[in-house]
Amino acid sequence: MRSKKSWIMALALTSVLALSACGNNGGNNTAGSNAPTETSGAELSGSILASGSTALQPLVEQVAEKFMEQNNGVDIQVQGGGSGTGLTQVAEKQVDIGNSDVFAEEKLKDADEDKAKALVDHQVAVVAIAAVAHPDAGVDNLTKQQLVDIFTGKVTNWKEVGGADQKIQIINRPASSGTRATFEKFALGTKTEDLKGSIQEDSSGTVKKMIGETPGAIGYLALSYLDDSVKTLNYDSVEPSVDNVVSGKYPVWAYEHMYTNGEPNEMVKAFLDYFLTDEVQNGDVTDLGYIPASKMQVSRDVAGNVTNK
Amino acid sequence: MQNNETMRVQDRKSRIEKHHIEDLIGRSYMSLCVLLLIISIVSMVYFVTSKGISTFAIDKVSLADFFFGTKWSPEGDNPTFGALPFIAGSFITTLLAALIASPLSICAALFMTEIVPGWGKKLLQPVIELLSGIPSVVYGFVGLSVIVPFLRNVFPGQGIGVAAGALVLSVMILPTITSVAADALSALPRNLKESSFALGATRWQTISRVILPTTLPAILTGVVLGMARAFGEALAVQMVIGNAPFIPKSLFESASTLTSVITLGMGNTTMRSPHNNALWSMALVLMLMTFLFVFIVRLLEKRRSI
Repeated sequence: MRSKKSWIMALALTSVLALSACGNNGGNNTAGSNAPTETSGAELSGSILASGSTALQPLVEQVAEKFMEQNNGVDIQVQGGGSGTGLTQVAEKQVDIGNSDVFAEEKLKDADEDKAKALVDHQVAVVAIAAVAHPDAGVDNLTKQQLVDIFTGKVTNWKEVGGADQKIQIINRPASSGTRATFEKFALGTKTEDLKGSIQEDSSGTVKKMIGETPGAIGYLALSYLDDSVKTLNYDSVEPSVDNVVSGKYPVWAYEHMYTNGEPNEMVKAFLDYFLTDEVQNGDVTDLGYIPASKMQVSRDVAGNVTNK
Repeated sequence: MQNNETMRVQDRKSRIEKHHIEDLIGRSYMSLCVLLLIISIVSMVYFVTSKGISTFAIDKVSLADFFFGTKWSPEGDNPTFGALPFIAGSFITTLLAALIASPLSICAALFMTEIVPGWGKKLLQPVIELLSGIPSVVYGFVGLSVIVPFLRNVFPGQGIGVAAGALVLSVMILPTITSVAADALSALPRNLKESSFALGATRWQTISRVILPTTLPAILTGVVLGMARAFGEALAVQMVIGNAPFIPKSLFESASTLTSVITLGMGNTTMRSPHNNALWSMALVLMLMTFLFVFIVRLLEKRRSI
């Protein structure tokens, strides 16, 4: 009986070791792919793993497809998971590229501050966010103060901001969402609490559906989601259009970031450089409703200071 | 001749026969599977527990603030982690769903086994099985497109809320309760029913006085299993409940459950941030609740009289 027990223990131990060895192998593989496999000038080969923001994922996937067609030896995998996941994983070197809707410094705070410093930012696109309402709300334009009043619960009826006599229903994104962070930072200028009775949806698609169907609803969406089912609101009398974003007139926008841990290796660099070529910026980026980062006439730093280029 | 015979006996003794090898392979394979199962369960429990505790151990959130705090503001300048709205939301939706689904399921099971065991079973069985096979995102989408607009038109509010969540969940847990109850009912010994009829009892008297009381623990097992499913369901509920972190005062007011707040926040928060840790703590609460449900089912099984 005793020998049987020890046999089981031994088996348990070996399988634990085997499992942990598997884990190590997985790590080594990704790390291995970081190292340039060929010297410069030769054809690129290896694999790149990217994860993070679901808002950026379709663009990265599409560009990765094209890059892989041009470089047969390269295999790029793009996973979702959210900005937080992408930043965590790239900071821990589990992936080569971490996609994020926000600056790493905004997510990796306090104890993780050093990790954010090790990350290198590559801004590949810009996403602008517009306030939208149900078409029957009867409002075309909201000032910054009016928006703040609505999202902090001071104003609860559309007639108080010049619209129909209808109760305002806030449709929000979760507190951790990058879209919400951008909207609060640049449209409201303040963080907001979740109000009683407000609705939170975790995807822009559902937000759009809800705003289109719920009378009196207000929310915010990236420009690529806008269509006739919802009413796009001007912000301080500025129309949220690509031109206004590019010229810096419309302030509610944010970069889409692709972070690498330290300077990227040759293959990852080639991929990120390809992202910034005119072919991609004016092609895929524009097609999918993002604004090319290269076109921007203004730039913005982590603290939110805008400078003309 | 004699010599040859002993040789053969010795040969047979030393040779490892085919069935011994088969036995060995089978046994090692089984042990490996069981071991893998145990390792994954133990490591999962360990992982969730260690992550869940860090809210209290590392971020110094007090247990009382977490379990009885009603203010959830994890990303605020002065973050608070009151999880009571989510715990309450989970319990309210689960109980409501069980209240709606149990009578329906028990009736369906009775219909299948007692009233029309022939075509009733042939018709209902595939329907019930189909219900359990529908992915939860489909339930959520149907809820969002059908139930929410319906509730919005009929009741005050935006249609979204605990009522919508409970309705969607009740359809999702119907198959669980029905199939467990139907199994229990058909396992009932015939002679019990026949004696009741022989005493002159009507079908209704037989069902209400004999069949239901005897199978009650088994039916309750089904109800508890259904509640466990409802408690852990994330996607469908999250789509229709509204996800505002408040304890709802009405059935038609935006509310949250433990699962919905976890799925909303997990991907967008970084590991080891207080917000992320708080979500893990809620996962721990969910896991403990599942243990509790399993424990209740065990207790009920013991009480089973058939």
